[in-house]
Amino acid sequence: MRNPPTLLSLTIDSALINFSTISDLSFVPEHILLELFVRTLKAGKLNEKILKLFVATGKEEILSVIESLNIQHILVPVLPTRKLFHDEVDIVIGALQPDLTSFMEQWRPFFSRFHLIIVQDPDLKGELKIPEGFNLNLYTKSDIDKVVGSSSNAISFSGYSCRYFGYLMSRNKYIISIDDDCIPAKNSNGEPIDAISQHIINLTTPATPFFFNTLYDPFCEGADFVRGYPFSLRSGVECGLSCGLWLNLADYDAPTQSLKPDLKNSRYVDAVLTVPARTMLPVSGINISFNNELVGPALLPAFRLAKEGKVRWETVEDIWTGMCVKVVCDHLRLGVKSGLPYVWRQERGNAVESLKKEWEGVKLMEDVVPFFQSVRLSESAVTAEDCVVEIASSVKEHLGPLNPTFAHAAETMVEWIKLWKRLRAN
Amino acid sequence: MSKPATPVAPPLKDELDIVIPTIRNLDFLEMWRPFFQPYHLIIVQDGDPTKTINVPEGFDYELYNRNDINRILGPKASCISFKDSACRCFGFLVSKKKYIFTIDDDCFLESEFGLGSVICMSVNCRDEFSLFAGRGGAGVSFGDLGVNGPREYAKKKFFVYVAKDPSGKEINALAQHIQNLLTPSTPFFFNTLYDPYRDGADFVRGYPFSMREGAPTAVSHGLWLNIPDYDAPTQLVKPLERNTRYVDAVLTIPKGTLFPMCGMNLAFDRELIGPAMYFGLMGDGQPIGRYDDMWAGWCTKVITDHLGLGVKTGLPYIWHSKASNPFVNLKKEYKGIYWQEDIIPFFQSVTLPKESTTVQKCYIELSKMVKEKLGPIDPYFTKLADAMVTWIDAWEEINSPAQSAPAADAKKDGPSSKKK
Repeated sequence: MRNPPTLLSLTIDSALINFSTISDLSFVPEHILLELFVRTLKAGKLNEKILKLFVATGKEEILSVIESLNIQHILVPVLPTRKLFHDEVDIVIGALQPDLTSFMEQWRPFFSRFHLIIVQDPDLKGELKIPEGFNLNLYTKSDIDKVVGSSSNAISFSGYSCRYFGYLMSRNKYIISIDDDCIPAKNSNGEPIDAISQHIINLTTPATPFFFNTLYDPFCEGADFVRGYPFSLRSGVECGLSCGLWLNLADYDAPTQSLKPDLKNSRYVDAVLTVPARTMLPVSGINISFNNELVGPALLPAFRLAKEGKVRWETVEDIWTGMCVKVVCDHLRLGVKSGLPYVWRQERGNAVESLKKEWEGVKLMEDVVPFFQSVRLSESAVTAEDCVVEIASSVKEHLGPLNPTFAHAAETMVEWIKLWKRLRAN
Repeated sequence: MSKPATPVAPPLKDELDIVIPTIRNLDFLEMWRPFFQPYHLIIVQDGDPTKTINVPEGFDYELYNRNDINRILGPKASCISFKDSACRCFGFLVSKKKYIFTIDDDCFLESEFGLGSVICMSVNCRDEFSLFAGRGGAGVSFGDLGVNGPREYAKKKFFVYVAKDPSGKEINALAQHIQNLLTPSTPFFFNTLYDPYRDGADFVRGYPFSMREGAPTAVSHGLWLNIPDYDAPTQLVKPLERNTRYVDAVLTIPKGTLFPMCGMNLAFDRELIGPAMYFGLMGDGQPIGRYDDMWAGWCTKVITDHLGLGVKTGLPYIWHSKASNPFVNLKKEYKGIYWQEDIIPFFQSVTLPKESTTVQKCYIELSKMVKEKLGPIDPYFTKLADAMVTWIDAWEEINSPAQSAPAADAKKDGPSSKKK
């Protein structure tokens, strides 16, 4: 015959069931406390709150059991009290190097809450090394070929352009993209800076492109619109694009960096500002984010140099794309911000070598910039897709004759929009 | 007052005038002494001309009161405001130098040299005042606070007001303005690393080389820590907000973009843009106040855009110590808040004719447009347009080649008091 349950075990059972009503265990004799603890563990009911109750008793035996079992508090990250956005954000990384371990580990505290899209440069052979524990989708050459098919032989996703495939695959509202040779920058206390949060803040607060605010971003803590700023313009407009900056290796071109090999950016400028309407800027793809719903189609791979390489010094595709986006934003009355966040860009490549290989980009800018400064879109262009098509047509007409790179860019832009629409229709 | 450890060589000593409008006394000049003493000051005394303004010893200055203004300009004096810091533009008119730096009398620099500036910076904090004055408050010494003196205490407490260059050296606001004015601007294409001519920066990838020479800089617009330059409604809503963010950047305001120019901490090249720096009709007898610098800024920006000149904003910061009364400000600004909704679109759509190749010509054209487009809003603008013309007339008269001859009637055109 089985022994009937003891009064003690019944008490402990009851305690387990009613733990939520217990706020103090210090009166419980130690040997009973131990039993309770073991039974809690067995029942799988040990959580933060209950652990605290046991620890609060201060009883030596309990504490040494906890220690010997190596039970640790889980540090829950302090989440911002504002809306989290983590299900509306995609972080898209173009992988140009085979081992992403160090990159991902350094960004882990800031990436871990979000969904990642990693696209492997189709020219990069072999399998990517990616650490565990991320919520991600990985796309490789075979995926690109499958999705894009043969209808877009004009579009190349090689090199830095591989990230645009990630943009194509994303169904989220906000996209953040950082080069795989950048790590979190550190603030003056030596703590890593959360570039992701800052990009989200930039994209989700209004921009002020129609009048310059001398105290920079009026929507950040401790700042506001200054005297003389028209009240009718103070609600601002939506932000379409946010351009971050870089400490250490700044995004200089090859001639500049060759001339000043020791020029490193150590100046942390604590500001975000809206780049005024109709003002063009060189948008660097190294550290950017954008509102995919508003301007997604304009983030496109089109401007490929004949000798484009795998270091930024040997490309200008992002500068081209950035100017397309700025024209689109100006036309659709959206804002483009520049400034924070900073990332730390690591040394890679050799400016002098790049200069030997590639200087065409520098030359072509002389035509690109005046073109974008003067292009105007029609009233009927009301979406980003419409705008891109009009820009492409203007490129073909005005720049096409100057250099085949331009003519090719115009074609690619048109193909891109077709591809974009086709994929969105499914 | 202690002497600087390393002598500060004053740049542009003989080419720059410092213009200060005042209605109070000039004690604040003591704080500026190490930086201002090498320069020539033009003090424009507003308000009652019979009151004697005491200028501290040892400064090289000219002082003009209302009587002087009337005497020198005759009937044209009507364009100079009364009972408003807008009167400062009279100082711009009579200056003979290439560069002007203008500042308000409640603005301070970080001084390397002493307790005086530290007292001023803490004027808002009554409980700290006695500490700074050296009396130690309730028997507390600076050693107890873990600092070696009032200046270090102030640095730790008000941690972001020192202007330093990349090597860590403190530079003064005046030197920064001069550097801003002497290096080119980049109004035609935005540089994401801000001023490429600063140490430690350059043009970024994608910036066309043909644009890297930049444009001559006409205006350097500095900023303010502590009391920010907010309008009355914002002041009323956020009376305690202080600007503690030191943004280590100088940047060019792009061509085609307007901005609110504040006259508290401003420097400009008088030869390039002087005639556009007219601060309008404000104060006594006028329906509007606190829009003097705004008006000058909008006119100036339109003209600099037209003439291919640059306007920079950002560093240097000065410490703005006194918050003006928001209710008084509201009364002054009230009309302006409504009018600016029409004024801004007006300036944004102004195109100056190709034939306007000088600042004066541009300004006269602008005055015609003001009369035509803004006149219908309120008769004030018609008066203002006329005053703009009067200003240019006065400018031409005072600054014509005949005036620079030493044999000119010094008594008639001179200030009421001068000191060397």
